[in-house]
Amino acid sequence: MGIPLDLLLEAVLFGILLGGFYAAVSMGLSVSFGLLDVPNVAHPAIMVFGSYCTYLVVGRLGIDPILAGVLLTPAFFILGMAVYRFYYETFEKRGRREAGVRGIAFFFGLALIIEVGLILGFGVDQRMVDAPYIGRSMTFFSDIRVPLRMLVAFGVALVLTIGLTLYMSRTFTGRAIKAVAQDEVALRLMGANPVRIKQWAFGIATAASVIAGSMLIIVGPVEPGMDRVYIGRTFAVVVLAGLGSMTGTVFAGLILGISESIVLMHPGLGASWAPAVSFLLLLLMLGVRPQGLFGR
Amino acid sequence: MRFWIGAALVLVVLGAVTATVQYEYFFFAGYTVLMFIVLSTAWNILGGYAGYVNFGTPAFFGLGAYTAAVLYKATAAPLVLQIAAAAVMAGALGFGAGLLTLRLRGIFFAIATIALTVIMETVFINWRYAGGATGLQLLRPPPTAPFDSYIKMLFVVMGISAVVSVVVARYIERSWLGRGLRAIRDSEEAAEASGVPTLRLKLFACTVSGALMGVAGAPMPMYLSFIEPASTFNLNYAVGALASPMIGGTAHWLGPVIGAAVLSSLQQIITVTVSNEMNVLLVGVVLVVFVVVAPDGIVGLFRRLFSRK
Repeated sequence: MGIPLDLLLEAVLFGILLGGFYAAVSMGLSVSFGLLDVPNVAHPAIMVFGSYCTYLVVGRLGIDPILAGVLLTPAFFILGMAVYRFYYETFEKRGRREAGVRGIAFFFGLALIIEVGLILGFGVDQRMVDAPYIGRSMTFFSDIRVPLRMLVAFGVALVLTIGLTLYMSRTFTGRAIKAVAQDEVALRLMGANPVRIKQWAFGIATAASVIAGSMLIIVGPVEPGMDRVYIGRTFAVVVLAGLGSMTGTVFAGLILGISESIVLMHPGLGASWAPAVSFLLLLLMLGVRPQGLFGR
Repeated sequence: MRFWIGAALVLVVLGAVTATVQYEYFFFAGYTVLMFIVLSTAWNILGGYAGYVNFGTPAFFGLGAYTAAVLYKATAAPLVLQIAAAAVMAGALGFGAGLLTLRLRGIFFAIATIALTVIMETVFINWRYAGGATGLQLLRPPPTAPFDSYIKMLFVVMGISAVVSVVVARYIERSWLGRGLRAIRDSEEAAEASGVPTLRLKLFACTVSGALMGVAGAPMPMYLSFIEPASTFNLNYAVGALASPMIGGTAHWLGPVIGAAVLSSLQQIITVTVSNEMNVLLVGVVLVVFVVVAPDGIVGLFRRLFSRK
């Protein structure tokens, strides 16, 4: 059962990088599900769609994948606003019951359509992009090798996380988004329109997921069915964090990343057990402390 | 009374079809349609009546299938015993999962059930005795007396399961259980406040629903003579079980039956004539269209049509 110390150290280091990436990937969901209470099970599918858009832009223009992701954010922002508007008009407006079962079914159907659309458009083959930092690695502590692409993804994840956290706590709109999560009726009494603020927030969440998508294709090749395993990872992070907590999201991402990486490198467990880690954490958290680590 | 005559008629027709039709593919396709009727009816007990969305159909279905396969491998138990064991195991899983997550709001239950599916799949991938990731080859025993082929027998068995699950769902819908579950769907707080034992009712629904899904999965290893984790715990079962009641209508027991019959027949045709991808796309599009345009499904559409006259 034991695991050698140097292997453990390597697993933890890799886990931290992976965890930062997971946190960034979950940021969009932390806003759309954590703050806005929208059961957005299509979030990972939108992210994979973002990866494919990045792939197309990189192939056409030959630019850096992260730059491509940033260039795509306005389009995804508008897409997100449209999706929320549609969701609001058809479900939320008609009451809580409508938004429950049918809302989940709607996003589930949306995820399926995106997934199959990608299969029809690109086939089931894996796609990847080229960048100077993909395929090379750096050496730490003389014998621990870390792939450079993980470091880049970690850096972008850090910037994205800090940016979103500052936006939520410092700007007027960011605070309004937090307010709408706390008490929608009070916000309406203040004369603000909660629907417009939520629409804006959902747009930001979707824009964040295209950057997550460009990181996804940097970290490894993507294929259309990939959203399924990320449903577990992203929701695990958001629930573990406590709904809508940005600091919590970072910690939860790290916890998930490190435990997944330890299981991956453990000689007795290995890759076949790794996918279950996020889900097991999620189930345990729901059973023991459903409000999450940093829950309100 | 009309219902019972109808149920008996369905069984008679199934028997007659088995005795007359010789075309084997018909039974392969028919089996799948009947299986989805069981799955959708089971899903609707929790999802339609109580409003708790279950994405974990493959977990219950797969546990049922693996229970049957492992039991058959170990003791060569007959099919009836395999189905009974599958129902017990999947029901127990439903009870356990419900205990852990049904205290939470609906969406958390939905996510927890996805988690359950992946965990079950991982467990069976790593269980050597049950075949691991490569799967387990099973040799079918000869068919029992009145049947001349095993697939016909499975077809009839699944037909009986479908009738039984509809009877169970209809009973729940019409008794105080159904009224309690509907109260939970409309407002859980109000139901709790008026003395509805919400947690106990939800646990009951989750257990029954899980057990019926296990029943749907139990004959699968014999149907394929093979079992393997990736296809057994496939998310497509969750999609079918969720989409059919949404399309047919969740309020009435007939909804999932109509939805499953229409959807899985269409899927069978499209898979054969066009492609498997198109068939998943079709489900996604039809699901979204129905959820948006006809929230009460086909049954709701008919009701509106007839109440106007």
